[in-house]
Amino acid sequence: MAHIELRNISKSFGSKPALRGLDLEIEDGQFFVLLGETGAGKTTTLRIVAGLEKPTEGDVLIDGENVNEWGAAERDVALVLQQYSLYPRYTVRENLEFPLKSKIRRVDAADIEERVNRVAKTLQISHLLDRKTDRLSGGEMQRVSIGRAIVRQPRVFLMDEPLSALDAKLREALRTELKNLQMNLGATFLFVTHDQVEAMSMGDKIGVLDKGKLVQVGTPSEIYANPCNTFVARSVGSPPMNLLNGSVSKGNAVADAGFALPFAGKASDGQPVTFGIRPEDMFLDPGAPAEGAVHDIENHGVAKIVTLRAGDAVIRLTTSARDKLAIDETVRFSWNPEKVVLFDKSSGLSLRHGP
Amino acid sequence: MAAVRTRSEVALNRVAIAAVLIVTIIFLAPIYWITATAFKPRHLATTVPPTVMFEPEISPFVKLFLRRSQLREQPTPEEYAAAPWWERLVFDGGEKVVRDGRGNAQLSGYPSRFANSLIVAVVSTVMAVGMGTLTAYGFSRFKVAGEQDWLFFILSTRMLPPVVVAIPMFLMYRWFGLNDTHVGLIILYTAFNLSFSVWLMKGFIDEIPREYEEAALVDGYTRMEAFFKIVLPEAATGIAATAVFCFIIAWNEYAFALIMTRRTAQTAPPFIPSQVGSGLPDWTVIAAGTFLFLLPVAIFTFLLRNHLLRGMSFGAIRK
Ligand SMILES: Nc1ncnc2c1ncn2[C@@H]1O[C@H](COP(=O)(O)OP(=O)(O)OP(=O)(O)O)[C@@H](O)[C@H]1O
Ligand SMILES: [Mg+2]
Repeated sequence: MAHIELRNISKSFGSKPALRGLDLEIEDGQFFVLLGETGAGKTTTLRIVAGLEKPTEGDVLIDGENVNEWGAAERDVALVLQQYSLYPRYTVRENLEFPLKSKIRRVDAADIEERVNRVAKTLQISHLLDRKTDRLSGGEMQRVSIGRAIVRQPRVFLMDEPLSALDAKLREALRTELKNLQMNLGATFLFVTHDQVEAMSMGDKIGVLDKGKLVQVGTPSEIYANPCNTFVARSVGSPPMNLLNGSVSKGNAVADAGFALPFAGKASDGQPVTFGIRPEDMFLDPGAPAEGAVHDIENHGVAKIVTLRAGDAVIRLTTSARDKLAIDETVRFSWNPEKVVLFDKSSGLSLRHGP
Repeated sequence: MAAVRTRSEVALNRVAIAAVLIVTIIFLAPIYWITATAFKPRHLATTVPPTVMFEPEISPFVKLFLRRSQLREQPTPEEYAAAPWWERLVFDGGEKVVRDGRGNAQLSGYPSRFANSLIVAVVSTVMAVGMGTLTAYGFSRFKVAGEQDWLFFILSTRMLPPVVVAIPMFLMYRWFGLNDTHVGLIILYTAFNLSFSVWLMKGFIDEIPREYEEAALVDGYTRMEAFFKIVLPEAATGIAATAVFCFIIAWNEYAFALIMTRRTAQTAPPFIPSQVGSGLPDWTVIAAGTFLFLLPVAIFTFLLRNHLLRGMSFGAIRK
């Protein structure tokens, strides 16, 4: 297992920058999730760590050693991809054996057999061992790919959206399984995804990548409660954080949409800001200061997600499933002022994170 | 798809089958003619109308392989009885087998020409496909400065008609002493097929996701090992299709072989028609030579037919 560090990594394809000044540290045994939209540079980061791509600038360190000049084979990392991850024409067993049969590893035959069988058992694919890989379902394929990664006991696991081609139910099951596996192995994981649910539920730490820049690194709860800018606020949480433009006036938060709510933070009067508030930190109350109309109700069993229109703002909040509400009904709402995150309106940066 | 067919569709289907049959017969007729003539007795070979029913003979093939000369006088009955079966077939045709000083029957020019054809075609195909695959892999997987220009240049070598380059080539080959050598012809055909092979193989290799090799690299293999273990098996279909194309081109090549070879390295295509020129031609022997010449391509293509169906459609049909 290993400690991974990226120092000031930049990567351009031609004149097009894909990664810009990336600094990242993954501790030994950590499950690190890199979250970002399509084209953010997630795969590129992973390929640089794997040694499949050379950074234009910057250093990759594994266990404190600069591995810039090392080839993929020498780095001893394992890679699981979204697709094309298994060798076609090979059986499942041959796929699992493949990394162990490499000349640089020299594992003897009995040992190979034992390790393959053990991994197959762990991942419940023993019955598939003699099957050709083109006869597998998507979920089985990804299990085998994960198996091929763990059979090697590599220093670090690199996973590029390994679950995103699977259907929702399977994805959820494998998510839990993968997380358990990581904890049992005590392995270091760098897991790439564009799915914030995956990131929140699996990661010990999350790094949010936006257009080649790492904008925030933190535990899931840090990132959720205290996003460093409006981009992160929007990309984590479902439904996402409400972002309302406005300003502070005489201790009240005044939204441009035409309502005022209590305010507890510090901000100079009149400065244009964006108020960020999680849906679960807002509530309906007949005595509340602001008024809106119910636009949509989604019933999620334990809770309802209510979409309100107040002026030209759209607000989402959660409420108890027992609350009786009708579309177009006028309601009154407020928020928990302690939970409001304040962003600078023009830069989108959180004012809480300081300069 | 269990199609429900209307009556008119059934009728149309019958017409289509009939049309295909007729076209097939038209295309197969010359092949049938050659094959039939190769097994005919000599006096039936040129009858008008053509003889369809006859007792097949092997004598054209015997004659094809032996060096013969006209009989001046009939063999004595003892001579005839003492002769092996193949020599009697030659006697029956009014000819005798030419023997060397030690009395061994001499072979005609055909077997060595046929062997030359095989050697040149097989070796040049292996070389063109081998080098073409490696080159194509390089172009497909690595950033090559001026890639498009290189590829165009490679293809452009095929744009000159052979007749244009034949005379300069002949002069160059004479200078290097490569005229009428196997090596000379192999180099020529390899060069000729290489551009084709690079282009075809690049198409096939581009289709193979590079994730496969990259997984092998990460799994602890060198680029070479990844190429042989992962890319090559995936490219088998393309390699087979390319090999068939190259083999057919090398096997059938006539113009260069005519100019560059005389005896030692002469291939079958210039040799077969040269037989027609001397005296009254024995069409059955020529047909036998042609028939044998057809076989290698037919066998090669037949063996690789499963790959070809996919390969020739250039990836349009998958799995
Ligand atoms: N080989 C390449 N040549 C040129 N540009 C590339 C190459 N690989 C990636 N890029 C570009 O670099 C940027 C980052 O790509 P990358 O594949 O890392 O994104 P990603 O975050 O993995 O996206 P996705 O979620 O769609 O997989 C993109 O704009 C992409 O177009
Ligand atoms: Mg990607």
